[in-house]
Amino acid sequence: MASEPILQLKMIDKFFGDVAAVERVTLDIAEGEFFTIVGPSGSGKTTLIRLLVGMDKPSRGDILLRGKRINDVPANLRPTCMVFQSLALFPHMSVGENVEYPLKCRNLPKAERRKRAEECLCLAHLPTSYFDRPVNKCSGGERQRVALARALAFDPEILFFDEPLSALDYKLKKLLEKELKDIQRETGKTFIYITHSLEEAMVMSDRIGVMNDGRMVQVGSPRDIYRQPNSRFVSEFMGEVNVLQVTSKEGKLYCPPLDVSFASPPGASPRDGTLVIRPEDMRFVNGAEPSNGVVSGQIFNEYLLGSRVQYQVRSGDLTFLVERLRDAGQPDKDAKLSFSPEDSMLFAE
Amino acid sequence: MTEISESALPPASANPLGRLKLSKVSTGLWYALPMGLLLISGFLAPLVMVLLYSFMPRGTFSPFGTPTLENYVDIVVQNFYISFGWSLFLALISTLILLVVSYPLAVAIKRAAPKRALILTVLIIAPLFVAENIRLHGWVLFLDKAGVLDGGVKALTGFEIGSLVNSVPVIIFGLVYIYLPFMLFPMILGLSNIPTDVKEAASDMGASRWQMFRDIELPLAAPGILIGGLLCFVIALGAFSESKFLGQGVIVTIAQDIESAFTFGQNWPRGSALSVLVILLAGVAVWMAMRRLDLEKMLGRSQ
Repeated sequence: MASEPILQLKMIDKFFGDVAAVERVTLDIAEGEFFTIVGPSGSGKTTLIRLLVGMDKPSRGDILLRGKRINDVPANLRPTCMVFQSLALFPHMSVGENVEYPLKCRNLPKAERRKRAEECLCLAHLPTSYFDRPVNKCSGGERQRVALARALAFDPEILFFDEPLSALDYKLKKLLEKELKDIQRETGKTFIYITHSLEEAMVMSDRIGVMNDGRMVQVGSPRDIYRQPNSRFVSEFMGEVNVLQVTSKEGKLYCPPLDVSFASPPGASPRDGTLVIRPEDMRFVNGAEPSNGVVSGQIFNEYLLGSRVQYQVRSGDLTFLVERLRDAGQPDKDAKLSFSPEDSMLFAE
Repeated sequence: MTEISESALPPASANPLGRLKLSKVSTGLWYALPMGLLLISGFLAPLVMVLLYSFMPRGTFSPFGTPTLENYVDIVVQNFYISFGWSLFLALISTLILLVVSYPLAVAIKRAAPKRALILTVLIIAPLFVAENIRLHGWVLFLDKAGVLDGGVKALTGFEIGSLVNSVPVIIFGLVYIYLPFMLFPMILGLSNIPTDVKEAASDMGASRWQMFRDIELPLAAPGILIGGLLCFVIALGAFSESKFLGQGVIVTIAQDIESAFTFGQNWPRGSALSVLVILLAGVAVWMAMRRLDLEKMLGRSQ
C-alpha cells in the first residue's frame, strides 16, 4: 500500500448527452489489490469499468496507469484486460484457441503459445484435455473458466471483471468466488471486480468501493463498509436493515410512532434523522434487563436462513427484523426488542 | 408377421404413440403441400423435361425418342465450351469484385445509425424497382459513342473518349452493378452475427484492426458472405442481358447460346444439354458452399 498506486482515477466524469453516468470519481488502486466496485444497477459501475479498460473515453478527468496518463490509449494497446459479463468467448474457436488468442495477437511462436495456454487452463482449473473442445460444448461454469484462462493468458497488469458470475447458480458462484480469490493471491495480480452483489464483494475483496448515481460514495475494507457505512444508502445497500425516523428530544432520539426514545450512538450528537440497526444487532429482551429503549411487538413471521433465523416483529405500523442463531431457542410471541446504542447508526438523511 | 408383432404390443401404449407421430407428420405435410405442389409442377417437372430433351437426337420435338449423347458431344465439337468459359469467368470475376466492393459498404451500413442505415438501404434497393434491361440500356446511353459521357467530355474539352460499350470490362461492370444488392444484404446479415462484445473482447486482448478482421469478423460473418457470393455466382453464371446489351456481341455467354438454341436454332435438345451443364455447374457451387455452412447455427438454433 505504501508504494505508488498502480491505477489512479482523478475526477473522472463521463457524460452521455447531458446525463452524467459517472461523476467526479477519484480513486487509487494499490498493486496486487482485489478491489470491488459495488452498486445497484444503473449506478455507473459498468460505465466506469469501460473507461478503465479503454472501451470508452472519460469526458473529463485523468486515468493514470503507473503514473502515466492512459485516457486516450485504446483498449488493444493497454496492458489491461477484462472478463466480460457475457464472457464474450470467440464462438468459432476451441477452448485452446480462445485462451491462446491474446498470445496469438502478440505473434508468439506456436509451441510457446500452447504451453502458456495450458498453464492458464490449469490455473483456471480446467483440464488440458479441453484444449480442442469447442466453446459451445462447454457448460456455464467451464465457459467461465475459459474466459478467466484467456484473460490470464493475456498476463495483464490489471485484470477487470464485469459481473462475470452473475449468471451462475449459487453453489458454482460460491466456488468460483473463492477460486478467483485464490488465483488472485497466487498470481499477485491486481483485480478490479464489479458486481451488484454485496456477498460477492465481501467474500473476495481487499477493499470495496460503493457506487450510487455515478458517484463513489464510500471506499473501504469490507469490514469498514459493513460496520461503519457513511450514509444511509450504503448501510441499506449492505444488507437488510431496520430504519427508524427519529427526532432529537431531550438529548435522546425520539421515535414518534413507537413513542420510545433511544440513546444516540457513541460519538454522535442527537439530531433529526434516521437510525439504522442491523437485524443481527437487535436483541430480544425481557423487561427486567436494563437497556436502551425497548420496543414491544408481536412476532408474525420467521424465516430460516441456514444457521440463523430471521424474525419479523410488528410494532404498531412498523416492522422490525431480528436475526439470531438458530439454536438460541424460540422467543416469546409477544416480544420485547432492544439494541445497544453502539450497534446503531445515525444518519442525517 | 405383422399380425404377431401387433398383437404382441400392448395396444394401450402403442396407440397414442402412433397417433402422435401420425399427426406430427401430417401437420408438416399439410403446411408444405402448396409449396410442394408448386415446386413439383413448376420446378421439378420442367427440369425433368430438360433432362430428357438433352438426350434426344438433334432437332427433335419430343422427349420420348431414342436417347443419344450427341448433344453433349456437340458442346465440345462445336465450341460451345468457349461460351461456358466466358460465363464461368464473368461469374467468378464479378463475384470476386462484388465481395471486395460490398464488404466495406456492408460494414458502413452496419455501423451507421439506424435512420441513416435505412436511407442507405432504400437508396440501394431503389434501382431494383426499375427493370434490369432498362437500367442496362441507360448505361449504354451513358457510355456509348456520342452518349452522355463521350458527348459531354467532347463538348467540354474537345477530347473524344469514344464508345466504352462493346467490351468485356463493361460487361463485368454491368454484372457488378446489377448484382450488388444480392451480395450486400446477405453480407450485412452475416455481419450482424458478430456480437459487439466479442469484438470488444478481441480488441481488449490486443487484436489489431487486421487481426480483428482476419480472426473474428471474417470467420463469424462467413455464412452471410458465403451465401451472398453463392447467390451472385449462380445468377451471374446464367446472366444474359449484361453481355447482350453492354457487350453487344463482343462475347457470347452460355445463356445466350441456350436462348438461341431454343429460339432461332429450334434445337431444343441442344438447348437442354447446355442447360443441364449450367445447372450442374451451379449445383456444384451450391453444394460446395452448403457443405461449409451450418444453417441451424445461422438461424441461431444451436449454441
